[in-house]
Amino acid sequence: MNWQVVTPLFLFLVIIFIIGLWASKKMNASNSFLQEYFLGGRELGGFILAMTMMATYGSASSFIGGPGVAYTKGLGWVLLAMSQVVTGYFVLMILGKKFAIMARKYQAVTLIDFLKGRYKSKWVVLLSAFSIIVFLFSAMAAQWVGGARLIESLTGMSYLSSLFIFAVSVMFYVVIGGFRAVALTDAVQGAIMFIGTLILLIAVIIAGGGIPAIMADLAAENPNLITPYGYERELTPLYVSSFWILVGVGVVGLPQVTIRAMSYKNSKAMHRAIIIGTIVVGFIMLGMHLIGVFARPILPGIEVGDTVMPLIALEVLPPWLAGIVLAAPMAAIMSTVDSLLLLVSSAVVKDVYINYVKPDASEGIIKKMSFGVTTILGILVFMMALSPPDLLIWLNLFSFGGLEAAFIWPVVLGLYWQRGNKFGAIASMVVGISSYMIIHLYFPDPFGMHTVTLPIVLSFIAFIIVSLISSRKQVGDMSFSS
Amino acid sequence: MSKTNKKAKDPRFLIAEKEAWIGVGLVLFNFIWWFGFAYGPLGSESVENYQYVWGMPAWFFYSCVVGFVVMVVLVIIMVKLFFKEVSFDEEGIEEEGELK
Repeated sequence: MNWQVVTPLFLFLVIIFIIGLWASKKMNASNSFLQEYFLGGRELGGFILAMTMMATYGSASSFIGGPGVAYTKGLGWVLLAMSQVVTGYFVLMILGKKFAIMARKYQAVTLIDFLKGRYKSKWVVLLSAFSIIVFLFSAMAAQWVGGARLIESLTGMSYLSSLFIFAVSVMFYVVIGGFRAVALTDAVQGAIMFIGTLILLIAVIIAGGGIPAIMADLAAENPNLITPYGYERELTPLYVSSFWILVGVGVVGLPQVTIRAMSYKNSKAMHRAIIIGTIVVGFIMLGMHLIGVFARPILPGIEVGDTVMPLIALEVLPPWLAGIVLAAPMAAIMSTVDSLLLLVSSAVVKDVYINYVKPDASEGIIKKMSFGVTTILGILVFMMALSPPDLLIWLNLFSFGGLEAAFIWPVVLGLYWQRGNKFGAIASMVVGISSYMIIHLYFPDPFGMHTVTLPIVLSFIAFIIVSLISSRKQVGDMSFSS
Repeated sequence: MSKTNKKAKDPRFLIAEKEAWIGVGLVLFNFIWWFGFAYGPLGSESVENYQYVWGMPAWFFYSCVVGFVVMVVLVIIMVKLFFKEVSFDEEGIEEEGELK
């Protein structure tokens, strides 16, 4: 074990633990457990909001999978990754103030609370809870595998003990500290991601002999590496552009991101977060993927893409600095996993249990349920991650696309289109999820676009048509359901 | 946008709608800039004829590096000039669980 590398990582975990403890103290002083545990009491300021949105969204795929693919495909993949700059401003601008106002009006603590308040339909609630639990669970498992693999490769411990360390560290602060701990640790983790990217980018450029030398090396190996088209010219403009939906505008539909758009304190916080978020997301995406490309001439012949980032850090940096930089992907994974864990837990406790099983549950029972469910979920994910599936980035994208297809229109049209109703929302979710699954399994990437494109179009059409037809009927019958 | 609704809208919602449209406009601009420099004449040329800026192929420099900086500047301008501060609380209704 390389102690110089491991020590900074260990320090990082200690800091995260302390924040978790502090947040749980703060929670005991709060008067509404649910709002505090699942939403941090709606008190986030601009900087923390920007960081937690970026860190939740930027996951193993941005720090491990993404640079690995950039290594094999060249600048074309950096181009693709830059579609994510959009997430920095688009989500908050679109959901924006209206979402914040409506969420407060409905006293919504979860995304599903918002949908419940907007559509007043049991089926909307159950469908959304179901898709959140299923899809985010698989996303979580993929991320835990990534976290454990990273610890494994850095410390040389077995996969099992690495997974155990990862699971314990995450569960500790999420279970006791709730959303406030998640958001605060996200801010620290986001800062580490930013600094890590900066240090490693500079080091890689120096190690490669400057950008012109790196580009010349790449062009000498295969000129396609410095074109927008990928190593074998497989990246068509249409395919790359369709990622603007998957990792750009479609992110509006991701529950783990949306929930943050109801957690901020005031419009000033939102304005600051838009600016900070755009800068931070753009810099990290550009930097991390460039690192992947620049690593190629320095360390040629890496077979497994996921190992590019750890290997290049150990190659170009002194061990203690590599330890600090490698805390960045660790931070990226943890900051995603913690939010997902809490979100799935809120779907079980708040959206299913309190809504339909025991609406009159006392504060004490809710508290015990929340801690208990979060813990049990963590243990379940741990067990799933024991036999890890291989392609991290694609597994992760699978759940991304499914959730986006399910939620984007019920949320966005629910906010801005008054005639949208529960029938439209249900149709949109069913069409979105089922078409995503069918296309993903049987006709992946139809017409050269990413799988997510068609389901998002189809769920839009379903929402509009079903809403229009059913509202006309309702007006005809003079029956207004609630 | 629905014509049937004659009720006066909450003025905060008009602000929110305007800001959402600004978001859509920024994304369209961002996409065109990104796409134009990457797949336009600069990027689709054969590699021997590539121009370089700061060591990077020109298509990449303008599409990804300059494009990012331009978006940051535009976002700052839009937020500072056109985004308005509004209160999120329901008038008259006391928020449950609000701190401070």
